[in-house]
Amino acid sequence: MKTAAANKKIRSRRSLSRNDRFTLAAFIGIPTLMQIIFLWLPALITIILSFTYWNGINVSDIKWAGLANYKNIFFGTPVFYEALKNNIIWLLWFTFLATPLGILLAYQIDRKIKGHKIYETIFYIPVVLSLAIIGIIWNFMLQPGGFVQGVMGRDIGNAVSIWGNYSINTYVIMGVASWRHIGYIMLLYLAGLKSIDSSLREASAIDGATEWQTFRKIILPTMRPVNIIIVVITIIESLRAFDLVYIIYGTSTAWPLLNILVFQNFAGQGISMKGAAYAVILLVLCIGPILLYLRNVFKEDLK
Amino acid sequence: MVQNKEYKNKQKVKDAFISAFIGFFAFVWIFPILWTVWTSLRPYNDIISYGVFSWPRHLNLDNYFHAFRVMGLTHYFLNTLYVTVPAVVLTLFLGSLIAFVVSRYSFRFNLSLLLLFTAGNMLPIVLTYIPVFWLYIKIGDFFGNRSLLYNNYLGIVLVHVAFQVGFATFVLSSYMKTVPKEISESAIIDGASVFRHYWNVMLPLLRPPLAALGVLMSCWIYNDFFWALILMSEDSKRPVTSALRQLQGQYITDFNLLAAGASIVAAPTIILFLVLRKQFVSGLTLGSTKG
Repeated sequence: MKTAAANKKIRSRRSLSRNDRFTLAAFIGIPTLMQIIFLWLPALITIILSFTYWNGINVSDIKWAGLANYKNIFFGTPVFYEALKNNIIWLLWFTFLATPLGILLAYQIDRKIKGHKIYETIFYIPVVLSLAIIGIIWNFMLQPGGFVQGVMGRDIGNAVSIWGNYSINTYVIMGVASWRHIGYIMLLYLAGLKSIDSSLREASAIDGATEWQTFRKIILPTMRPVNIIIVVITIIESLRAFDLVYIIYGTSTAWPLLNILVFQNFAGQGISMKGAAYAVILLVLCIGPILLYLRNVFKEDLK
Repeated sequence: MVQNKEYKNKQKVKDAFISAFIGFFAFVWIFPILWTVWTSLRPYNDIISYGVFSWPRHLNLDNYFHAFRVMGLTHYFLNTLYVTVPAVVLTLFLGSLIAFVVSRYSFRFNLSLLLLFTAGNMLPIVLTYIPVFWLYIKIGDFFGNRSLLYNNYLGIVLVHVAFQVGFATFVLSSYMKTVPKEISESAIIDGASVFRHYWNVMLPLLRPPLAALGVLMSCWIYNDFFWALILMSEDSKRPVTSALRQLQGQYITDFNLLAAGASIVAAPTIILFLVLRKQFVSGLTLGSTKG
């Protein structure tokens, strides 16, 4: 039998000695201070800076701009809508193709089909690679004289430019992005599936349910917490997508994304607070999924 | 009964089909990596004179030795070490402090604290870039040494810690909630101080999640090339992944050499994953599938 005291946290603040109170203050204070100084404070400053003109050098040069940066973005910068479009393509592709494929893969691998161990390993390997390496690997595959061009029967002399071809580069970028994303989703889902009681599944198979019915009626509802997390990860990853495209195009706007525009204004020729405004727009788009995630994760504590 | 058997047979055929299909898919998945390794084993001249698909006339590790020599990879690997090890240790240490307090003592601000850390982990990183950059330079100037944080390993370590500590806190605190309270109570009855309670009682119990997080974060921090591009002004101080990115521009024509470089840089994380796979997976899932 559990006593009530054992279930409660230790309520003995008053009985703590001075030393202990000091230790606790340091335990909380040092990490929190760091988190605030290097994360929350800079984030807050960026939000304020998005309403100013500044070249990033002297604080005395900061001038209030009101909504000018935002107005400029919404009404005077067509590339913003292009970036938004690409982010949305990214989101749709991940939502309707990459994430479902990852889930499907997890489901099949969890059924212990032949070779499931080696498949699991293979699909996860791209996830542990640095984007710097992924960029090089895919350049090999696609560049003139590379594998794909070779298969297409084009040698170095008459190669097609894949990154510069606007009718195909979107698909190529999405393909490479999925190369990483599918394995990640698969692993997260697999871990959830392992905690499902296998008798549930057997029972439904004996009842004559088809596999699809089992998946939809049994697996999906039981996996609700994991589903929410995967939805959140998919949305957030799509919104802050950046590295892969940066590796390919740098800060040029050949295939713009919101995050690329931030960098173009921060790290390009001159620093402009339009970049801060882009970052804030990105934050606003991310807030919904972040709150959804926090609510899901801290459900019990919030009660 | 007969129907059941028939169903099972059907399922068997179907499973074989599914397995073959996923197998094909898996081959496509691993192929770019295999192709890179294959390319790295062949000399540049072979490809130039006989073409990409030619039968290999020479296969050797020359490109690897060459990559280490001309790219100075050993030096860059050391840079990575200077950043990754302190960043991982500090992240786990600070994360465990907060997780310990939040899960063992009931203060009114516990939940807000946990939210602050967990939400911090999900902020878009770009939101902090300009102020952190500016702050680093100002702090440096204030202490009379501009490269105190900017263009210094310490600066990179601190931003990594700030960004990863939220995840560590979250994972460790959910793990600690599963540790029975009786252990803490007996420690307190025995008169252990807060520090001893943390160091001698709780920390040893945290070994499994610390190992899992350690593996996962080493991989993440090792793979990051971005902060170093922003906060390091000297090429020679950059970690190996950022260096690889620089070298890509430099050796773009000799892609057999570059393939060897990429394979060398990829090896540590792939080996880490293959050897410590259990830790890897549990680190990732502790944080995402709680409840």
